[in-house]
Amino acid sequence: MNALTGTGGLIRLILRRDRVLLPAWVVWIAVIPLGFVGATDGLYPEAADRLQYALTTGTNPTFLALYGPMYDTDLGSIIAQRSGFIPVVVGLISALTVVRHTRTEEEAGRRELLGATVTGRGAGLAAALLVTFAANLVLAALLTAGMAAQGLPLAGSLAFGLQMAAGGCVFAAVAGVTAQLSEGAGAARGTALAALGGAFAVRMAADVGGAGNSLSWLGWLSPFGWINRIRAYGGERWWTLALVVVLVAVLVAAAGTLSARRDVGAGVLPPKLGRADAPARLSGPFGLAWRLQSHALYGWLAGFLALGIVYGAVAGGVQDMLKDNPDLARIFTQIGGESGITDAYFASVMSMLGLIAAAYAVSATLRLRTEEAAQRAEPLLATATGRLRWAVSHLLFPLLGSAAVLAVAGLAAGTAHGVDTGDPGREVPRVLGAALAQLPAVWLVAALAVALFGLLPGVSGGAWAAVAVCALITLFGAALGLDQWAMDVSPFTHVPKIGRDFTVAPLVWLAALAAVLAALGMAGFRRRDLATR
Amino acid sequence: MTADTPPISVSGLVKSFGRTRALDGLDLTVRPGEVHGFLGPNGAGKSTAIRVLLGLLRADAGTVRLLGGDPWRDATRLHRRLAYVPGDVTLWPSLSGGEVIDLLGRMRGGLDPRRKSDLLDRFELDPRKKGRAYSKGNRQKVGLVAALASDAELLLLDEPTSGLDPLMEEVFQECVREERRAGRTVLLSSHILSEVEALCDRVTIIRNGVAVESGTLDELRHLTRTSIHAELAAPPDGLALPGAHDVRIDGTSVTFEVDTPQLDAALRVLTGIGVRSLVSRPPTLEELFLRHYKDELQEAGL
Repeated sequence: MNALTGTGGLIRLILRRDRVLLPAWVVWIAVIPLGFVGATDGLYPEAADRLQYALTTGTNPTFLALYGPMYDTDLGSIIAQRSGFIPVVVGLISALTVVRHTRTEEEAGRRELLGATVTGRGAGLAAALLVTFAANLVLAALLTAGMAAQGLPLAGSLAFGLQMAAGGCVFAAVAGVTAQLSEGAGAARGTALAALGGAFAVRMAADVGGAGNSLSWLGWLSPFGWINRIRAYGGERWWTLALVVVLVAVLVAAAGTLSARRDVGAGVLPPKLGRADAPARLSGPFGLAWRLQSHALYGWLAGFLALGIVYGAVAGGVQDMLKDNPDLARIFTQIGGESGITDAYFASVMSMLGLIAAAYAVSATLRLRTEEAAQRAEPLLATATGRLRWAVSHLLFPLLGSAAVLAVAGLAAGTAHGVDTGDPGREVPRVLGAALAQLPAVWLVAALAVALFGLLPGVSGGAWAAVAVCALITLFGAALGLDQWAMDVSPFTHVPKIGRDFTVAPLVWLAALAAVLAALGMAGFRRRDLATR
Repeated sequence: MTADTPPISVSGLVKSFGRTRALDGLDLTVRPGEVHGFLGPNGAGKSTAIRVLLGLLRADAGTVRLLGGDPWRDATRLHRRLAYVPGDVTLWPSLSGGEVIDLLGRMRGGLDPRRKSDLLDRFELDPRKKGRAYSKGNRQKVGLVAALASDAELLLLDEPTSGLDPLMEEVFQECVREERRAGRTVLLSSHILSEVEALCDRVTIIRNGVAVESGTLDELRHLTRTSIHAELAAPPDGLALPGAHDVRIDGTSVTFEVDTPQLDAALRVLTGIGVRSLVSRPPTLEELFLRHYKDELQEAGL
């Protein structure tokens, strides 16, 4: 028996367990750029339109920071740039998949069960990596075929497909390494996501000044930089792919070596001992919820702070664009006055922050379900703590934590932008207000998770589908040419936009609807049996 | 609630999950100050019954009284007065065992720090380890220390010793005896017969969600058979033993089982012939238990 014996069986096990999730995310990711083709072609049918787009939107600092540079002015290049964030999403999903099938399994003790059968010690890691790599290659194949079928050049489509999959392969391998380091799945996830965030931040800094700026060389320090320098449809540089392949190979070798050297269940880094007695603040459900959720909240706060600073700092660049484009300047000043284009920029940035806050709120809410399903709620509810008190102790995080992350991002963006324009007294309250206006929509998504938890606990993970639908509508709805009724499905469509006439009515409605859903969920939870499934 | 109100009184309790009927008219009475054994194999409905008593599951039918209250409606008030150990203690990976013990104790309304450190010593448990670092047996010890260190008047223990080694099992039995001396009531669900035999005043045997037998061990034995092995003075000739089963005669030696109420009559027949030696063995709990599950074992081909 060698280290990889039994890998085939474990691959089948993973495919069986993820038979819905795996195809769902691959298809969800694939439809986004494939949908862009028709929509973009409709909006910019002539070469002149595309040139105009390339000179304006394509060099907008926000787009450059989020998506990377545009390398040519044809249809494919527009789509390749608009899809620039997708490798990050694929990287995130791939890293989470690998941790879930390696360290989470070990933490739950299921790995040990399998280890006692004819399974090599490297088999779990190999199976998780192989499945994730394969899913990414299927994604690449779908994209190549789908783009080429819509009339785009085949070579460019192949480069594009590989570009989207490369992020997934790199961060699957990164997660393979971090899963060996510590005993907890949480720490393995956190380290992998920190690496992903760092790589993305470096790429942003490299590209915010446009292609070939003085900091462009920074892009060679980040895998995300290599990925957009493959230049799909814009004179493909195939050798850049070799860097990705080498990095993945090195990481996989490192993960394999580390995994061979440690015990099952142990980490390369030794575990730390805790306290023999609980501190005074750990004496009730609220103290426990704080202990369980505060680390995650700190992480999200740091992320929102960073995003706020970046978004605020590049906002000035949007205004600069006006100087070069008198036509566009006239249109925007007609719509929203002097600050029209900056406001339009902030409106779209705030929806994005709202979506990320909704993801936080859903994850904080579903902690209730995790605790219940792992039977950790049971001993607590067998003490003098009532169900409502226990549930509220965790729900304070989606309620107040999401307010905190949005406030931090709004303050940071307002301050960064205010320092830029020299008028922080005007910008800080405006931008902060725009950030906090997202709260009722965030609460509504979280309240849906509460309702599912209380009424249909077995499918409470479905709240993530709501986040995915809102993301699809808000981020890509306009580009995909969705009808207004479809846009209205997302609560973020109803949030009043900065710079327009502020109306409080939609916010009240969203908050009221959230309150009703949350109340229904809590009423359901008080009446139902505790359930592990 | 007066001093002799039963702390637990269940009658006709029904609980279904979908089409499965986990409890099908269960009756269970636990008297004040007793250690009550709740005996049955896996899947008989022991944990479901305890979860209903804790207000974690809602009864479909029947009456359930816990410490004089309704376990579903008065859950939080009643929980101040009881402590619970689940059969599979799960811990938070990032909390140490000591923190969990203190947390659960405080949420129940306080625990005795001296008793806690005494129990930690006796169970040889390191409270500084993080939840994920404990083995199954050590997780179980965390739950036991948390429950035993509280001054609850009722202990609900659901197969609390799964994963404990025999030495620790001994410590556990000692602790339960101390609890009884302190006047506490204990409901001990178990499938370990020796544990129940060693600790329990009264026993309820549950099968497919129904109590099939309930009483003191003596009462239960009375309902069953005593095995007799006797050497007689002469080979018996057509022995007519009242209430005897599985009679085997080999020369002068006779082996049979007799319904306990008929024991006296059967012995008279033997002494009529003349008895050289006699071994009488009361039924073990195991035999009691197996008698109720015999058909099930036969179905399983054992």
